[in-house]
Amino acid sequence: MRHFFTILSHEVRMLLVSLSTYIAGVSFLWLMGFIFTGILEKYSTAPQDVSPASAFFSVYFLPVIFMVPLLTMKCLAEERRLGTIETLLTTPVTTTEVVLGKYAAAYLLYLTFWGSTAALFYILKRFAGDSRLIDPGPIVGGYLFIAVSGLFFIAIGVFASSLSRNQAVAGILCTTILIGLIIGTRYLGQAAWLDRESLAPLKDAVGYAQISQHFEDFTRGVVDTRELLFYVSGTFIALIFSILSVEAKLLHS
Amino acid sequence: MPETPDAPAIEVSHLVKAYAGVTAVNDISFTVPRGQIIGFLGPNGAGKSTTMRILTGYLPATSGHVTICGFPVASDPDAVKRRVGYMPENNPLPEEMRVSEYLYFRGRLKEVPRSKLGSRIDEVLELCDLKRVRHKIIGKLSKGFRQRVGIAEAVLAEPPLIIMDEPTIGLDPHQILIVRDLISSLRGRMTVLISSHILPEIEMTCDRVLIINQGRIVAQGTPSDLRREVLGQSAYEVEAAGDLASVPFLLGAIDPGLSVAGEGPTDASGFRKITLKTLNDEDAGEAILRAFLSEGLRVRALSRAHPSLEDVFLAATRRSWDAVAEEPKRGAPR
Repeated sequence: MRHFFTILSHEVRMLLVSLSTYIAGVSFLWLMGFIFTGILEKYSTAPQDVSPASAFFSVYFLPVIFMVPLLTMKCLAEERRLGTIETLLTTPVTTTEVVLGKYAAAYLLYLTFWGSTAALFYILKRFAGDSRLIDPGPIVGGYLFIAVSGLFFIAIGVFASSLSRNQAVAGILCTTILIGLIIGTRYLGQAAWLDRESLAPLKDAVGYAQISQHFEDFTRGVVDTRELLFYVSGTFIALIFSILSVEAKLLHS
Repeated sequence: MPETPDAPAIEVSHLVKAYAGVTAVNDISFTVPRGQIIGFLGPNGAGKSTTMRILTGYLPATSGHVTICGFPVASDPDAVKRRVGYMPENNPLPEEMRVSEYLYFRGRLKEVPRSKLGSRIDEVLELCDLKRVRHKIIGKLSKGFRQRVGIAEAVLAEPPLIIMDEPTIGLDPHQILIVRDLISSLRGRMTVLISSHILPEIEMTCDRVLIINQGRIVAQGTPSDLRREVLGQSAYEVEAAGDLASVPFLLGAIDPGLSVAGEGPTDASGFRKITLKTLNDEDAGEAILRAFLSEGLRVRALSRAHPSLEDVFLAATRRSWDAVAEEPKRGAPR
């Protein structure tokens, strides 16, 4: 693992000097600020059931579906397209170190983007002067959910990037998997044909993978270890498949 | 496993690499002692790049055995990767990094100690004449500079073996000269394996040449050995005037194997060009000249034709194609 930090620091440096990082960051903040303003406008007209923080984090899937592919589609696909993966893997570096280094860099950037939205809450607290609007529970729970689910989402992006040497294909693949995972499981959970007795285990499995349900638990302050395990094990599986995918491509290239 | 200083730099025995249905490398064996510069020649698709990739541990072989400095590639790839500096075909480089940043990153990956890395980077920048561009972004460099960045990167960690896949491709003659001097300067310190299409290139820098065609080694040895082995003869060209009818008798007196292989047309001043061939390798130039003069023939020029590596290469690859073409015929009667 001695090369993990070399690759991580290299990747972070590359992200910091690349213009696309700043464009992505600005558009992300623009989108989140727009959503936040919309929520506050709603609160100013009529009282609402939930705190602004839970309403804000409940649209988590929008930035996830758009940002995660943008952040991760480049990481392995670009190395393969340019052929630099060949120079990288002929040094004493293992595939695991390469994949983990790139994954960690993308995850750190993802956390930084989300972390910057804390400024929105700070501005609200500073200028609204109404302590009822700032409820620390949902804010902490929301950020915790973002950090934990981000592990899995970014790992899916890295996996998609390991499958193709074309960034666009990797990005579209990642978006599709994320939509299937976040929105698809929600619809599947409501599907009537799953209610049959024989399909009960499948129904349980779908119920277990309800990411929106996890989100609600987190913002209510319920941190269930089964839910944590869902994301951590999903991350492990996606990363192991990414490593295998990079190595399999070498065997058959 | 301890480092064995007297183990050959590369030892390949019965190496086979098959991709889905295609045998790219078919049972090749060779040994490279330390400190030599080896040229790896072959037409496109002969299996040069595949062999090089297997040597670096990047691709697994289908069967066969490869050791680098005494370490088997298949079971100890990490030890091999620490001892090989590799520059792939087309020299892929990250576009948006600066030259010095890139070398620093590669140095860290290759486990050069941080305290030595700065001075080592200065050394290779000096060696490859890259000092002027050390702060430039790689994507904006010209082809010649990029190629030298690739070479600088390969020698950075001072590995005992350097493998370069077509290091001079796409360079202008002046840059080729610089790269050639650079490779020659490594002689004795490091073992260098380079592949190339440009034959004079290989002839000038390499101590030994391996010619590979359709996944097999068709010839190997020093350039002069190869000339003798593959072409098996030396040729002379004489420009003479006078009665040339007696020439065959003259030649028989010098060396029974010497014969006239061709005669050119007589030019305005009465001279014609005669090509002589012999299987004997000793220089018979003086004897030929003396015989011509003693017979009263006027001689304007005498030269010994040096078959270039190009002729050797063409002859060797043609020979192997003939061998491949004959195989199906032999199998047909069954």
